[in-house]
Amino acid sequence: MEKTVNNKAWFLVLPVLVIVAFSAVIPLMTVVNYAFNDTFGNNQFFWAGFEWFEDTVTSSRMHDALGRQILFSGIILAIEVPLGIFIALNMPKKGFWASFCLVLMALPLLIPFNVVGTIWQIFGRVDIGLLGRTLASLGIDYNYTNDWLDAWITIVVMDVWHWTSLVALLAYAGLQSIPQAYYQAAKIDQASRWAIFRYIELPKMQGVLLIAVLLRFMDSFMIYTEPFVLTGGGPGNSTTFLSIDLVKMAVGQFDLGPAAAFSLMYFLVILLVSWVFYTVMTNMDRENMQ
Amino acid sequence: MAQITLSNLAHSYLAQPKSDADYALKAMDHVWEDGGAYALLGSSGCGKTTLLNIISGLLRPSQGRVLFGDRDVTEAPTAARNIAQVFQFPVVYDTMTVRQNLAFPLRNRGMDPGYIAGRVNHIAAMIGMEERLDRKAKGLTADAKQKISLGRGMVREDVNAILFDEPLTVIDPHMKWELRTQLKSLHREFGHTMIYVTHDQTEALTFADKVVVMYDGRVVQMGTPEELFERPAHTFVGYFIGSPGMNLLSAEVNGAQARVLGGTVDLPASYKASGKVQIGIRPEHVQLTAGDGLPVKINRVEDIGRHRLVRAETAGQSLNIVLPEGASLGPDLTHARFTPEKISVYADDWRIEGVR
Amino acid sequence: MTLELQDVTRSVNGRVQIHPTSLVLERGTMNVLLGPTLAGKTSLMRLMAGLDQPSAGRVLWNGADVTGQRVQDRGVAMVYQQFINYPGLTVYDNIASPLRILKRPAAEVDRAVRETAEMLRLTPMLGRKPLELSGGQQQRCALARALVKGAGLVLLDEPLANLDYKLREELRVEIPRIFEASGAIFVYATTEPEEALLLGGQTATLWEGRVTQIGPTTQVYRQPSDMVTARVFSDPPMNFASARIAQGQLILGDGATTAAQGAFSGLQDGEYTAGFRANHLNLSKVSENALGFPCKVLVTEITGSETYLHLSYAGQRWVALVHGVQQLAAGATISIWIDPRHIYLFDGSGTLAAPAGYALTEKAA
Repeated sequence: MEKTVNNKAWFLVLPVLVIVAFSAVIPLMTVVNYAFNDTFGNNQFFWAGFEWFEDTVTSSRMHDALGRQILFSGIILAIEVPLGIFIALNMPKKGFWASFCLVLMALPLLIPFNVVGTIWQIFGRVDIGLLGRTLASLGIDYNYTNDWLDAWITIVVMDVWHWTSLVALLAYAGLQSIPQAYYQAAKIDQASRWAIFRYIELPKMQGVLLIAVLLRFMDSFMIYTEPFVLTGGGPGNSTTFLSIDLVKMAVGQFDLGPAAAFSLMYFLVILLVSWVFYTVMTNMDRENMQ
Repeated sequence: MAQITLSNLAHSYLAQPKSDADYALKAMDHVWEDGGAYALLGSSGCGKTTLLNIISGLLRPSQGRVLFGDRDVTEAPTAARNIAQVFQFPVVYDTMTVRQNLAFPLRNRGMDPGYIAGRVNHIAAMIGMEERLDRKAKGLTADAKQKISLGRGMVREDVNAILFDEPLTVIDPHMKWELRTQLKSLHREFGHTMIYVTHDQTEALTFADKVVVMYDGRVVQMGTPEELFERPAHTFVGYFIGSPGMNLLSAEVNGAQARVLGGTVDLPASYKASGKVQIGIRPEHVQLTAGDGLPVKINRVEDIGRHRLVRAETAGQSLNIVLPEGASLGPDLTHARFTPEKISVYADDWRIEGVR
Repeated sequence: MTLELQDVTRSVNGRVQIHPTSLVLERGTMNVLLGPTLAGKTSLMRLMAGLDQPSAGRVLWNGADVTGQRVQDRGVAMVYQQFINYPGLTVYDNIASPLRILKRPAAEVDRAVRETAEMLRLTPMLGRKPLELSGGQQQRCALARALVKGAGLVLLDEPLANLDYKLREELRVEIPRIFEASGAIFVYATTEPEEALLLGGQTATLWEGRVTQIGPTTQVYRQPSDMVTARVFSDPPMNFASARIAQGQLILGDGATTAAQGAFSGLQDGEYTAGFRANHLNLSKVSENALGFPCKVLVTEITGSETYLHLSYAGQRWVALVHGVQQLAAGATISIWIDPRHIYLFDGSGTLAAPAGYALTEKAA
């Protein structure tokens, strides 16, 4: 539907522009400044050109962090999206239990990130944590502070616990919008359960699922708080994701130049991926309109 | 293919129905002959969709049996009943092509690919979609999608019945003509039992050999279009069939004459009526005269193309009269005469027969 | 009060939705926009309301240019196909809402609500919520909301399309009455020719974003200016056959011939297309010079008092509407008769060359 064009409406955006300028654009310009200069304190800057960018792009440390990051996002998407759909398919469609499930599903989403990290940090401890103790008593050698695989598993499980609900709720909303007639028609056509999923439910959920994937990708790609609280990036560097690495570089080592260049590229990567998603989605919309 | 028998069937959406009013569908016995084209006509909320869903197995009746031929299918799920259904809104599988859509019910039943291909082509030709067989169903218009739904309903040769739930609601008037005649041709060619649910009398009457009129959870009349028009068994049928519906005038009937507020009306036979008595006459069977009949006051004349609709009243009761296109309407026409043999007499809303 | 569209056009992304259109709608008139889905009825209404801006042209209200003006400032009311009411408010509050937004005094609001409710026969339901009402009552409530503020322009976009057949019939009778009582300019969009005829007033036929004809409803019906209009304004669709005029004779289809009399007498020799409506086809020779056509019966449909015959003649599909119940076997060949007075002739470009003879006398009646 076409909306009326009224150019005066732009003035209403002005306050937001001012606020965004102060809160985002000006700090961002500082980062840009650091990314292209070198400094030894005292507010003295030396032009470094693209040196920091070259360093970052060629640094193996960055490559490793990026690799871990992509692996992590890939794993959690591969688990959370199918699991979320599966949960949505099995949730009650109406009545008391539907509302009950919705509230239950929403709970993990309401917990602050660092609290989630703390919960799992304690939960998984071998000395006092319920999970750690239980596993230990079953004879399983589990220690997320020593073993990189245990650390990974713990972080992945934590993220799945925290965020699968989001995918499930979105998928559930998509499922609810399918008219009953489709299921009735499928019964009459003797479609199998798989065929119903493949030809009715999945196509109708497509739109919300893309949103779910986009949200989960962006969030997981920027993940910081939970692994920082849980493992601090260890053992070794095994759970040092991009944002953790960035903070280590900027705050820990005070390498402001490379960190600034790093964060700019980080930002651009996320922007690029989101843009690709957006384009794909709008194209799909257009197809639907035809 | 089979005859469908409904035996002592009733349905309530409440777990513990107490009175008659709790039943969406009141106890009924009904037989749908094999190969018949039926319409189930009524206003929304009259129970027609409930009845359809019981036949298709989407709903289990609170009491009574449903038989397909000799087989009791009351407890059988939809898939086991071997029926087809077309819904109000087109249900197509968006990601499939038109061809895959049409083949879907056959493929699910593990039919031979050669047979499927031939059958799909045949149906596509019948619904006029041969050229678009390999298009995705997604981008098609509503009427093209509804044609696919019709085609999917028709594609299995062995179905017991094809059920239509207001299938032309979303279709433009011009396309309705085409789809309706296509349905009729399909019925003629394949001879399936068809049950067509609608609130639109034109669709019901033109589609069906037998129309079942439902009112308030009950079947009030089943008959050919002509019977429903000429001899409505219930005042609701009189009102519901025809546009505008039958004129109903409160009357006192004794013998072969009816006394209404404006005078007396000759009846085709002799009646003994008690309770709430009305006489009914179709607007098509009323003539305006210069002095013969009941005095009328003409309020409005509507020219609706192929005929004229006169909105009049006689002694405070409204009276509609249909005149042919081009009929003159002079100021001398002050009375209305009813064709006696077209008058029906109703006692407590049900038509009664007279003695000649 | 007048609403005037001057050469209004609208295109979106280079695609033309509305071709240049000029219309003048006078105070107290019922204006029907008749056309199939996507003909541009809704687009035209949105331009009238000010919901969309025209790509070119001007919209005048009482002679003043309101082209860029906001909808809120225009005194426009609109009723849609869907019954749009506030579900949480009672019928009374629903009807009162437009006035309360305008901050009218309470006494005035109360008076206006009760008057409007009375007009729409909603008085007994004022205390109920919309969802407790039937579809017809819900739509009457939406209508009341549109009418209560006394808007000069009331736009109705297929308001009866979602209602049951019989309810539709009842509201069709009521709408002209409501309209007469309100004195506003009504614009009513519909896909159904019969609805246009029942509403009366004037009708504009639309086809692919173009107003093909505008005039008094029965005149457009009986004297369509071209084939497109005739097709839009016929249900069942108008029947067509090839026609030729040569040496004072009108020759139809495969050779049915009659003298080219009346309006046909002034026509030049040449090829034409003949059009005639379903109800003017007969099973018997209706008049002395009626033309007979051998037709094959495809399907018959019986309405109880009449029969629709779907016919095939010389490769053309025809529909006939004849009196009584006619049981004719499919595949049978029958004779169909047409009185030349019921035949329209269209020239090669589809423009009306000569109206049907009966239409000229009918207009005088």
